[in-house]
Amino acid sequence: MSEGFDLRRIDRRIIFVLVLVAVVWPLIAPLRLPMDVSPPVQNLYNTIEEIPAGSIVMLAGDYSPDTMPELQPMTDTFLRHAFRNDLRVVVACLWPASPPLVERALLPLADEFGKVDGVDYVNLGYMAGGTVTLLGMGASIPNTFPSDYSGTPVREIPLMQEVQNFDDIAFVMEISAGTPGTREWVQQVQSRFRVALGSGTTAVGAPNFYPYVQSGQLVGLLGGLKGAAEYETLLEYPGLATKGMDAQSVVHALIVVFIILGNVAYFAARRKGRA
Amino acid sequence: MRREIPLAITFLVGLFMLVDFFVPHHSVSAAAEEMKQWGTIVIAASILLGVGNLIRVHYRKIRRKQDGWGYSITTLVAMSVMLYFGGPWGTIAEGSAFNWMFLNMQVPLQSTMFSLLAFFIASAAYRAFRLRSAEAGLLLVAAIIVMLGRVPLGQLLTRGLPEKATLPWLTETIMTYPNMAAFRGILMGAALGVMAMGLRIILGIERSYLGGEK
Amino acid sequence: MNWLHMLFNGPPGTPASVVWGFWVAAILTISIYSFLYKDNPLYKFAESLFVGLGAAYWLALLYHETLVPKLLHPLFPGGSGDPVQWIRIIPGVLAVFMLLRFFPKLSWLSRWALGFIVGMYSAVNITGFAQADFVAQIYATMTTPLNSGGALAIILNVVAIVGVCATLIYFFFSKEHKGVLGGFARLGIWFLMIAFGASFGYTVMGRVSLLIGRMQFMLRDWLHIIE
Repeated sequence: MSEGFDLRRIDRRIIFVLVLVAVVWPLIAPLRLPMDVSPPVQNLYNTIEEIPAGSIVMLAGDYSPDTMPELQPMTDTFLRHAFRNDLRVVVACLWPASPPLVERALLPLADEFGKVDGVDYVNLGYMAGGTVTLLGMGASIPNTFPSDYSGTPVREIPLMQEVQNFDDIAFVMEISAGTPGTREWVQQVQSRFRVALGSGTTAVGAPNFYPYVQSGQLVGLLGGLKGAAEYETLLEYPGLATKGMDAQSVVHALIVVFIILGNVAYFAARRKGRA
Repeated sequence: MRREIPLAITFLVGLFMLVDFFVPHHSVSAAAEEMKQWGTIVIAASILLGVGNLIRVHYRKIRRKQDGWGYSITTLVAMSVMLYFGGPWGTIAEGSAFNWMFLNMQVPLQSTMFSLLAFFIASAAYRAFRLRSAEAGLLLVAAIIVMLGRVPLGQLLTRGLPEKATLPWLTETIMTYPNMAAFRGILMGAALGVMAMGLRIILGIERSYLGGEK
Repeated sequence: MNWLHMLFNGPPGTPASVVWGFWVAAILTISIYSFLYKDNPLYKFAESLFVGLGAAYWLALLYHETLVPKLLHPLFPGGSGDPVQWIRIIPGVLAVFMLLRFFPKLSWLSRWALGFIVGMYSAVNITGFAQADFVAQIYATMTTPLNSGGALAIILNVVAIVGVCATLIYFFFSKEHKGVLGGFARLGIWFLMIAFGASFGYTVMGRVSLLIGRMQFMLRDWLHIIE
């Protein structure tokens, strides 16, 4: 028996269309909403700013294509930050899909800043093993990564002559989508070898790592697309993350409306059932 | 002996890695370093095992013409083509056909697959997120504050208010204090569990990883 | 006309392989999104393609990035001048044992490799979790400042310390949650609910970001509608 329009039984494809419009419209017609910067991101930025020029830093790329929208802007912005401050970058990956994704950011930026492969940066590629690989790096990074991503033996790479283990690394920026990732880097590298560690992680994972931020095990944390956008703001480089924040705002507002509407429908139906 | 030898290996390797943590002597650390390289090789083999099993499952499906066997052909053909370009006889370098397939096929497929979740989470928020109890209310309020506070819209909505009444400040406070506290409790509890399980495995009390057969 | 030209040829100077790549990526993206209307053969085809490509990618990377430099080259250095590392025969044998899992009569040998891995990772996890997730967290809680930062900071720090204790008490199931213990366990639940609410908010943010990323590709790289 029909009881008229029931808000609880709305076709979910209508919801899908509304979400799609909420994403596409702000991308086509940006709202340019103001951006604040949270303390974990500010701390990360400040820490990197204090690293002396010429120091060697490590970028740990531990993500895959499904988390690219959140994490690729972080990779991009960190490399930009490092090259701008004349830091030398060693890239090491624990996820197999990461090396080409990092290269996607690395090569154009190296070109832009006039950096030389093997001298100012090196991509050591991927190594299986996760936690055990991290411990291996603590003893010897050249032994753990015998060649770089293109197959060149590390003994032939000038930058790697100055890198034996984490004692030679001033800072590690870990871009992480899951396991192995931030937790393993904190457990096996930061706590054991006391290297300064910052993390960029997906929004899904970020709440879990606030204990590490509060304890100082992480010097800073970029959480999700917002974290990436805040980092871009500090670097005064409005990239993809910043451009996505308008859409993020609209969709979040839409979902809050959905939650409220859904509960209104629920309570209305409950009252009707009791009446 | 089929179970005793693996248990002995687990015990000896586990004990040695624990000794490596506490004993800084060069002879221990050099041996441990070599063993860690072995670990990466064996882990690589275990991943190969997973891929091999995938091939076996799809091959069986095709041979028995089970439901959806046509798609299994797609899977195996795609795997073969990509391996042709990037296998032992090929190259994975930048600019190669393997790299092209990764960037223009695997990346969009994987990204899009996971982006579907945005639609489903919106649908779930509408249909399932119900204020059924006080605890659910607490969860709901925290979720709404964080959802609005973590985007520029939150800053705009509460612009002009004192700093400690703004959504971004409230969000950061929730994350840094009650959220941090709860997750620290979870972290510590999980750590106790992992330590206990690890010791049980090394001492041979926990043997489920060996499987059931003799 | 200009836009149509860009759609099929890309911006000036774009190689044909890049333009082809964008079109292939866009078609595959639309195939996956067709699932939102309903399950269909196009989606299933794209899904099976994804599984095959992913498996091949893992295989290729494992071979080139792990097995060659760590196992094959040390055992067969060829004309490189490097000495043969005979000791790598041991992990080589263990790797073969692991693969014997496919053969029922010999699968018991895979337990040797499993035992090696499980023993190593158990030990490494014990020390890692103990140091970073247990001792360091207790230290951080006990050294939370209660005499600086202003009244609000002190109150919030007290809230945090109480929250950690309450959450731990909630997970203590060896005694019934009654009386004072029950009260603290209830408080622990409230802290957990706040944390899960915050996690839900962040999860929404994460999922939506993935959609934004795909739409940025479709509108910018493929359709050239936005910059």
